[in-house]
Amino acid sequence: MESEKRQIDTSVLRVEDLRVSYHTYAGEVQAVRGVSFHVDKGEALAIVGESGCGKSVTAKSVMGLIKPPQGEVKKGSAIYFQEENILNYNKQQWQQYKGGKCSIIFQDALAALNPTMRIGKQIMENLQIHKRMSKKQAAAEAVEMLRRVGIPEPEKRARQYPFELSGGMRQRVMIAIAFACDPPLLICDEPTTALDVTIQGQILDIIKDLQKEKNTSVVMITHDLGVVANIAQRIAVMYCGMIVETGLAEDIFYRPKHPYTWALIRSVPRLDLENKQELATIPGTPPDLLSPPKGCPFSTRCTFCMPVCLERMPEQTPFEEGHTAACWLHHPIAPETPVPVLKGGAAHEGM
Amino acid sequence: MKECNPILSVKHLKKYYQISRSATLKAVDDVSFDIYPGETLGMVGESGCGKTTCGRTCVGLYGKTDGDVLYNGADVHTLQGSERFRFKREVQMVFQDPYGSLDPRMTVADIIGEGIDIHHLAKNKKERQEKIYHYLEQVGLNQEHASRFIHEFSGGQRQRISIARALVVEPKFIVLDEPISALDVSIQAQIVNLLVDLQKRMGLTYLFVAHDLSMVKHISDRVAVLYLGTLVELTSSAKLYDNPMHPYTQALLSAIPIPDPNVERERESQKIKLQCEVPSPINTKPGCRFQGRCQYAMPVCREKMPGLVDTGDSHFVACHLCSGEKKV
Repeated sequence: MESEKRQIDTSVLRVEDLRVSYHTYAGEVQAVRGVSFHVDKGEALAIVGESGCGKSVTAKSVMGLIKPPQGEVKKGSAIYFQEENILNYNKQQWQQYKGGKCSIIFQDALAALNPTMRIGKQIMENLQIHKRMSKKQAAAEAVEMLRRVGIPEPEKRARQYPFELSGGMRQRVMIAIAFACDPPLLICDEPTTALDVTIQGQILDIIKDLQKEKNTSVVMITHDLGVVANIAQRIAVMYCGMIVETGLAEDIFYRPKHPYTWALIRSVPRLDLENKQELATIPGTPPDLLSPPKGCPFSTRCTFCMPVCLERMPEQTPFEEGHTAACWLHHPIAPETPVPVLKGGAAHEGM
Repeated sequence: MKECNPILSVKHLKKYYQISRSATLKAVDDVSFDIYPGETLGMVGESGCGKTTCGRTCVGLYGKTDGDVLYNGADVHTLQGSERFRFKREVQMVFQDPYGSLDPRMTVADIIGEGIDIHHLAKNKKERQEKIYHYLEQVGLNQEHASRFIHEFSGGQRQRISIARALVVEPKFIVLDEPISALDVSIQAQIVNLLVDLQKRMGLTYLFVAHDLSMVKHISDRVAVLYLGTLVELTSSAKLYDNPMHPYTQALLSAIPIPDPNVERERESQKIKLQCEVPSPINTKPGCRFQGRCQYAMPVCREKMPGLVDTGDSHFVACHLCSGEKKV
């Protein structure tokens, strides 16, 4: 598996230079500004970032949910699903893609489910359209899916409406719908944020089990580093509409190369460490996406900010095993690079 | 710390809501704890476990059904006149939602200054102004922010204003009701550091209510774990992590993912996985509230509610396993 990682033909999803903007009264909000990543077969990629960094918009574009005229996927963006650019799909291809080949689990299951439809029917809908099952077959399969995601008395539950279920149960139903047609790609947009921790653990386990069983590729969008550590093999860290660092989970957690990743990891308290130690903070707030900074988006909050950071956008610097970081500190001609400080692993101190 | 008298003493506090003629919601059911001056007591639990209700009842925002809340020995719910006035100054609260808890039609100076006016803490306008500026600076904002309105601020800044509003009347005890859960990770750390710093400088006592156990453990000296309106475990935050005794606390701790992939992989096999969900707090059955989900449930758990027992070294647990009924 390790050697196959780099080969492009194994990737289920490949996003290249994705740019998405929203047109609002205040002006053009550049929500995603040139994002590229790929997801291999059976792999879980986590996209981490604070709110407003464009992670959900990225997920929505992959699912084809950016609606004109407000939303606009810019020219030059490409999203390859099994080597086909989905942005060139026609209506029929889109129908086959959504739900059949790619599914999404939203944060707010109550808003995502149809409140006027019984749960069973919402699962059946998918099966009837994409797998062309008869009504009877689909009904049986829907009950089976509900049982698979750990809902007690699935026959009874299938006849209930979303409002009759608790938050955790609704999220299970969402998972059942998403996995109904065995899609090769699943996008989870903050699936556990609204849930309690004990329920969060259950939901993550179900997603992991089903992923392993069906060899699904998962894109997990979250802001919770704990969830990321639990589920992801690879991580992409987003900031201000861009991916600032990407790499294997171990590389990101133990050998972060970007000052933002580094600060982010150190700013969350850990259960297994001493309490009341000072948490690392990132001063200030993320920049406004209406008028994003010319240079590195993190420059205004970065402790290692150099003059060049304010002027020019850093390139992605590659490291071993597909680990890349966009930071001027890693440029070969960066004159007074405090790399030792970074490499010396402030992150290691925290470990 | 234990030698001095508790600043707030909660004794068998009960808060019930009569939902209909036959249905009672026991939001807080027989909860007892003490808070000592200068410490931070963390209160954790899942949603619906009564932690917010408990916090609000402690400051007298809600009436109680039964039990006592004593602030420096005086019953909070029966305070009258000047005593009550003083209590309202010394005990402050910071709410979860920084968007809903600040008046959008008032300037920041008015929001912070309101407490000064009510409690006559400034002799003249100049002193009032200086106080407002002082506390704005204390929470990391500056004088320019005073004349602005709330909609001009981000969530983190609003929470700072909430904290300044609480601090301006020179309180002794602050109830922080999920002060950081509406904020982003990097902003959470800013606010938590600010709270710890202020506590050190001003000698404050906190009741920190939150659902995020890692953050609660980080900030608190002692932690109280609530489950469905009952207090299941109360001990120092270090001991809670090293030696959780209540099965619910054990499950809660193992459910929290640690942001470290290697540690997570090691923990995976040892995790205690809770089945099913939190039952409804309406018309609860007798016996331990947790017995339906507990892997060690015994017949006695179904009959009798376990009391809070000191297992030594101020480690309080409410479980029949720990009160000597039977060891596993």
